[in-house]
Amino acid sequence: MNDLISVVDWSRAQFALTAMYHWLFVPLTIGLSLIVGIMETIYVRTGDERWKGITKFWMTLFGINFACGVATGIILEFEFGTNWSNYSWFVGDIFGAPLAIEGILAFFMESTFIAVMFFGWKKFSKGFHLAATWLTAIGVCLSALWILIANAWMQYPVGMEFDPAQMRNVMSDFWAVALSPVAMNKFFHTVTSGWVLGGVFVIGVSAWLLWRKSNVDAARKSIKVGAWVGMAGILLTLMTGHGSAQQVAKVQPMKLAAMEGLYNGGRGTGLVAVGIVDTEKEDVTCKIEFPKMLSFLAYNNFDAYVAGINDIIAGNGADAAGQPVNTVSYADRIALGKEAHKALQAFNEAREAGNETEMAVAREVLSSTYPYFGYGFFEKAEDAVPPVAISFYSFHIMVALGGYLLLLFAAMLWLSYRKTSLLEKPWVHWIAIISIPLVWICSEAGWVLAEVGRQPWTIQDILPVNAAISSISSSSVKLTFWMFAVLFTILLVAEISIMLRQIAKASHSDIESPNK
Amino acid sequence: MQVMRYISGKVSAVWFFYADGFRKMTVGRQLWIIILIKLAVIFLFFKVFFFPSTVEGDTDSEKSRFVTERILNHSTAE
Repeated sequence: MNDLISVVDWSRAQFALTAMYHWLFVPLTIGLSLIVGIMETIYVRTGDERWKGITKFWMTLFGINFACGVATGIILEFEFGTNWSNYSWFVGDIFGAPLAIEGILAFFMESTFIAVMFFGWKKFSKGFHLAATWLTAIGVCLSALWILIANAWMQYPVGMEFDPAQMRNVMSDFWAVALSPVAMNKFFHTVTSGWVLGGVFVIGVSAWLLWRKSNVDAARKSIKVGAWVGMAGILLTLMTGHGSAQQVAKVQPMKLAAMEGLYNGGRGTGLVAVGIVDTEKEDVTCKIEFPKMLSFLAYNNFDAYVAGINDIIAGNGADAAGQPVNTVSYADRIALGKEAHKALQAFNEAREAGNETEMAVAREVLSSTYPYFGYGFFEKAEDAVPPVAISFYSFHIMVALGGYLLLLFAAMLWLSYRKTSLLEKPWVHWIAIISIPLVWICSEAGWVLAEVGRQPWTIQDILPVNAAISSISSSSVKLTFWMFAVLFTILLVAEISIMLRQIAKASHSDIESPNK
Repeated sequence: MQVMRYISGKVSAVWFFYADGFRKMTVGRQLWIIILIKLAVIFLFFKVFFFPSTVEGDTDSEKSRFVTERILNHSTAE
């Protein structure tokens, strides 16, 4: 048992490490691809060669980031097979299909048009080159779409039927999987947050150029584009974040309760702005909160009922309109889950014996109890509660930094158009430069919330992480975790130094000269 | 014959487009080295030495039986 916990925990740590490393690159790829597309469009429309130089500078940084992130996503897919093989078998084609589509898209679409972007400046017409740049940006988003569809299915499994004979979930409705509301919201929230990150990166790097008094005109132009993209991104991220909270309230109410540290819910619940979670006392202390805002965030209704962790365990929830309703208590879910396991066992025994009648009976019991299949792996209700403190702090860090970034973009737009002289002040430059790591913390915190908040599930309500794990030794996973950690650190240092060297080079050259 | 010549012309144009592009790369060379290190370490080293095939069985039926046993082993149902 201890070895199982060790394998599960180390595998989770390894997956988290790889995912967080991968996520350093993805949002910048999403954001910069859009910004580069906008800059090149300005160049093609105005014919101003300085914009071509600016486009090429940011395109080079986009290329470095893209290449650094290339193989890291594959490592994640690889880990599904090595560390989570029970899960990989159990989900079958539902999870495999979106990943396969993503792989094909990423390989053919992105690699083709990226080659035109970088190698084709003198070989294709302006229009064709611009089309390739935009198609790369679209390809990047489409890749993200399929990955997020796969992720959303884990959080909200739809469009499938469980086949006990194959021990697999079989896709019954592709479009229900592909167009699930959770997937759509997750996609737009992720892509627009990538625009935010890209916007801050462009503003920060440009501010550094201004601080060095180098390429002042190009830096000012870049800040304008970065600030507009960032502003559009942050407003859309706020909107989709609201949508995301509503989805979570509907399909993962335990996650919503955990991210607010809400143990005992009620009507007209406030949204905590700052506070300290006390998991022993089951409360948030020293808190400042916005009255009734959590009810509004979750249900668009200031007086809606929001269920807390203890309420959900006891079987009290809310309907789509935010009215209190009785749901299935966790004690009952655990009992139903155990019944589902017994039915699966009975089905297999009947199959071995060739008893069709018994198989049919077992299949029927399994079918009716399958929605609670995952709860049969737990001893007590508390086992199905996510880590509250991590969920709470990651959510609040994300929201606080999101608010700061909104102010940053507003300030940068104001400075760019109204108070241009202030853009020469070093303190302005340093605020922008310091914002670069902050936006990454914000983005990573969002994913920490998404993934820690849904624990202990790999597939919501169906399969917990401890049943999804492969049959491997904990020493292998521990060893490879540290090897990954060392490898990723070395690679990250190498990748960041390549990026910084390229940025530093710009301070000694004229980036507005397109033929440099 | 003409079609074949047209296709081979296109293929060689694409080939030279990529070959020329890769030849003129500067920063790209270092990036390719990083990508190749990642792929080599992850796929060759880790896969071969640390993670043998984890779903046992030759046929789908054997594999599904193996996964069923593995998953139900974690069950708390008596």
